[in-house]
Amino acid sequence: MSRIRYTRRLPAAVAAAGALLAVAACGGQSGDTSTAAAPNAPARLDPNANLAKQKLTISIWDGYSPEDLPKRVKDKFGTSMEVAKHATNEEVMGKLTAGADSGIDVAFVSGQYAQALNEAGLLEPLHPELIPNLANLYPEATQLSYDKGNKFSVPYTWGTTGICYRTDLVETAPTSWKDLLEPADDVKGKITLMTTERWLALPAIKALNYSVNTTDDAQLQKVRDLLTSAKEHLLAFDDTTFGDRLKKGEAVMVEAWDGWCPTSEKNIKFVVPKEGSDLWVDTMVVLKSSKNKEAAHALINYILDPEIHSWAAENILYKVPNKAAMEKVKPELKAKDSPLAMTPAQLLQGEPIIDLGKDSQKYTRLSTEVAAKN
Amino acid sequence: MSTTKEHDVATRPAPREGPRRPRRTRGSGRFFAGLVFLGPGLTYLIVLLMIPLALVLSYSIFQRGRFGGVVYEPTGENFTRLLDPLYLDVVLGSLKLATIATLIALLVGYPTAYMIAMLPRKWKTIALVAIVLPFWTNFLVRVYAWIVLLSGPGVVNTALIDLGLIDEPLEFLYNQGTIVTGLVYSYLPLMVLPLYAAIEKLDPTLREASANLGARPARTFFSVTLPLTVPGVLTGCLFVFVPSFGNFIIPELLGGGRSIMVGNLIRDQFLKARDWPFGATLALALVAVLVALLLAQAWAARRYSRA
Repeated sequence: MSRIRYTRRLPAAVAAAGALLAVAACGGQSGDTSTAAAPNAPARLDPNANLAKQKLTISIWDGYSPEDLPKRVKDKFGTSMEVAKHATNEEVMGKLTAGADSGIDVAFVSGQYAQALNEAGLLEPLHPELIPNLANLYPEATQLSYDKGNKFSVPYTWGTTGICYRTDLVETAPTSWKDLLEPADDVKGKITLMTTERWLALPAIKALNYSVNTTDDAQLQKVRDLLTSAKEHLLAFDDTTFGDRLKKGEAVMVEAWDGWCPTSEKNIKFVVPKEGSDLWVDTMVVLKSSKNKEAAHALINYILDPEIHSWAAENILYKVPNKAAMEKVKPELKAKDSPLAMTPAQLLQGEPIIDLGKDSQKYTRLSTEVAAKN
Repeated sequence: MSTTKEHDVATRPAPREGPRRPRRTRGSGRFFAGLVFLGPGLTYLIVLLMIPLALVLSYSIFQRGRFGGVVYEPTGENFTRLLDPLYLDVVLGSLKLATIATLIALLVGYPTAYMIAMLPRKWKTIALVAIVLPFWTNFLVRVYAWIVLLSGPGVVNTALIDLGLIDEPLEFLYNQGTIVTGLVYSYLPLMVLPLYAAIEKLDPTLREASANLGARPARTFFSVTLPLTVPGVLTGCLFVFVPSFGNFIIPELLGGGRSIMVGNLIRDQFLKARDWPFGATLALALVAVLVALLLAQAWAARRYSRA
């Protein structure tokens, strides 16, 4: 029995190894020049394809789309759809870059990761004629620096990073990243910073007036020193539960993504520090390996429908780059201090995070250095 | 044929005529029986341990792709990177924390195991169940419980403030002390059980003999009981040390992510840095350290049991 299993597995193993080598050749630096020409040519898509015959698999963050989206898609254009969930960009990147065909048709990833996937030749150039709802986007959302003109990605949500704080538990309201990094005595030990590499560095980078995409070693050295000294006054590093800590009063001032700051609570506010911040975008991309590209485009078009897209804004409280959808959002959710009230112009003051390729390891090292320092 | 064989087996005549053939059938029968019994275990080992380990080993000699993933060009860079003081510090820090946790677990666990071993039979069972009971709850939940207990607005601080003993909440959490506390708490049963087994097995007449020969209880303990239970001590220490050394949940939750251990470093290479080759190399280094420890433990245990 074991022998049967062995022989049956052997061809699959060989095929998998071959596929990995092929991807390695494309992804490797030596392959960079060749990827530009052939593999990036758009596939020929049939606008009249029978979508009911296609089957979609999407990968998205948990809770990031309506629960009944597969049913709605089925009702709307007949495609059956499966939803795979990922917890982080890195997780889905692992899946998408591990083999030739991940089985995923549409992936939701942040802008800089979409950029990296595109540079690795893994994305299908978008066919705008199949996505008429692109017209719903704010004009600003079509000119984002990681993908000017939405050539390979469509923005799904966007936002920025700032300081979320308890108005009743801080003596002076924060206005600067330095309030977080060189805190006043009353908030010492009640601060959290994020641990994900780029956002760990962000407060220090902006406090020192550098670019969020800096790869300059001397600048990163200063960033590291500032973060190391800030670590003494931290309660913890926290990417996920800072909102709860704030509600409990365990923390009084935290670095937070706008949508994650529980501003619905009476005493909690969100502020973008005066030195500026980042602009992050979560996007939808179509994989080159997808065999259901027409349905993939139809899905993206459907999500850009104000009906669906406003769901994201109302339920996950992230801003969506869709003018028609934002106009549909209930007015009480866009109250004065809500992050949802920020306009695209205000958002665009943030500096977009882009992929740094090999230099991204500098940020990995930086975060290890900060974490390892006692 | 079959009758001769049965006859053979039943009466075992002197091996004069044709004893070889039946014996060979028996031998190959035993081979197949062995295969049937060993097969599942072997398959399990090969599919779930050997092959994954070979994969990890092979990743460690390749490079990280520009966008993550693995580039299949051999390099020794991952191994030289291990010697970087940054990573060595993390490894040494983890060794330190795991060693402290193991020693505390031993100091707490030995008396506990000793007491349980001395209990009357009925109480022994109850005590052992009580030791194992926490394992019925999810590990993550048990670790989280410490946050509920120790945080600023947590149970302990609230109680102390209500009792008027302190004015401001004390900062218990998010330091190396809480990491060690979490490790000891989580793995203490793994120390107690092998110690209990070792102490239980001990012949009580040895202790009586020691007392009859005039040794005081302390002398009896250090000269008789302790040396005879050293194999149990070593096993318990290993059981606590191994999961402590590679742990990443406790440093993250109870350490507040403010200090990292090797486990966190490995996890981050795979889930954050997308650097599988270096993650694989770190994992291998961890395995190497643990294998060395296992060998040392086996060697020491054998020496002690012989002595």
